[in-house]
Amino acid sequence: MVFTRGFRGRRPRDPRLPPGQYDVGTDWPVLTAEATPTLSTANWSFNIEGLVEQPVKWAWDEIRALPGSDYAGDIHCVTTWSKLGVSFHGVSVDTLLAAARPMPSASFVLATSHTGYTTNLPLADVTGGKAWVVWDFEGRPLAKEHGGPARLLVPHLYFWKSAKWVSGLRLLDHDEPGFWERNGYHDRGDPWLEQRYQGD
Amino acid sequence: MTEQLSESGPPGSFPPPGKWQMARVTGIRPETPTAKTFRLALSEPAPYLAGQHFLIRLTAPDGYRAQRSYSVASAPGDSGEIELTVEHLPDGEVSSFLHEVVMVGDELEVRGPIGGWFVWRGATPAVLIGGGSGVVPLMAMLRLARQTGRADLVNLVVSVRRPEELYYAAELPGPETTIIYTRSTPPSWPRRAGRLTPADLPGPLNPEATGFVCGSSGFADAATAVLRRAGMPVERIRVERFGPTG
Repeated sequence: MVFTRGFRGRRPRDPRLPPGQYDVGTDWPVLTAEATPTLSTANWSFNIEGLVEQPVKWAWDEIRALPGSDYAGDIHCVTTWSKLGVSFHGVSVDTLLAAARPMPSASFVLATSHTGYTTNLPLADVTGGKAWVVWDFEGRPLAKEHGGPARLLVPHLYFWKSAKWVSGLRLLDHDEPGFWERNGYHDRGDPWLEQRYQGD
Repeated sequence: MTEQLSESGPPGSFPPPGKWQMARVTGIRPETPTAKTFRLALSEPAPYLAGQHFLIRLTAPDGYRAQRSYSVASAPGDSGEIELTVEHLPDGEVSSFLHEVVMVGDELEVRGPIGGWFVWRGATPAVLIGGGSGVVPLMAMLRLARQTGRADLVNLVVSVRRPEELYYAAELPGPETTIIYTRSTPPSWPRRAGRLTPADLPGPLNPEATGFVCGSSGFADAATAVLRRAGMPVERIRVERFGPTG
């Protein structure tokens, strides 16, 4: 380990922060590389396709009628900010997958956005209570710059995996890199392992 | 950098950034009262593109680490050195250390270059719009254009609140640049203080031009809206938003 002359760092450090991350506090940085789309709930939909027994598509009112689920905890962006103790409300991806019934060969998903954005995840990272489609943040509708009307939420991975303006999941039998992943970012993105870039 | 972007336009691809390496600070110069440029000699020089950024990582004696990414301001070249301009954020753990402690001759741990999307390769028309410290990656593009004799390809519009906040004030002005002051202007400045409007853009936009917008999230949205009102298709606009990056 190489030490930096004169650097001591801020103390104390919150144990909820993964290595290399800092607590952004009450801010929530908006980091997208394009114009924020204005997407009405009437035009929003979410579908599950690919290696499933029953492809399903939900309209806004339909997905909100499903049994709800909450996340309370932390989120971590690869640009080194973390936001601690936040809450989201939406529906568990488990609930959505139960309707579509993944085939045994399905092992990865490609999440897609209404903007064309994509990001890839192992199926195991979006099942077992680890992922949601969310539309409320801290009890209020999710702002469009943060992905509203609804975004994917996979809080145990870096936040670029939590696709804003999410439009669906495609189940695959292989890992297919999404946008950032093709641009050098890690295929899995575990913040506790600092999997920021390909090869980390 | 980036939480998400849309897949508009051809996907870039860039090799994974190299490993962490040591860089020696060979120069520090003030740009504004709150911004300094750090010139770093890389121990393992890596080619980079205008618009890319590097990480700086600080390590305390007990192993505690903090890292941030900073855009490269210097034009790509073969000097083996890069220049990073760093705004001093009052609560910024890393920027405060860089501003208050780092001296010429210090060794810093860096990694890069990073970023395959917000890059200009120097051969196509580009409209560059930067707000405040968002000018940094655009300056690398402007410098590249000037060094290669292709300043005709770029138009840079920089928005700052007041004159003392303008980065690269001695170097930036030129026929291909426009400076917008939003709060107060230099004496007898021809344009009144005010926010960016389509009228501030240089002439009719080249339909082949790519827009590069960099700044705070609010600025980025406003500048994107100005480009769209001026007729630039949204898929030609690339945006880099600066959050609080301490």
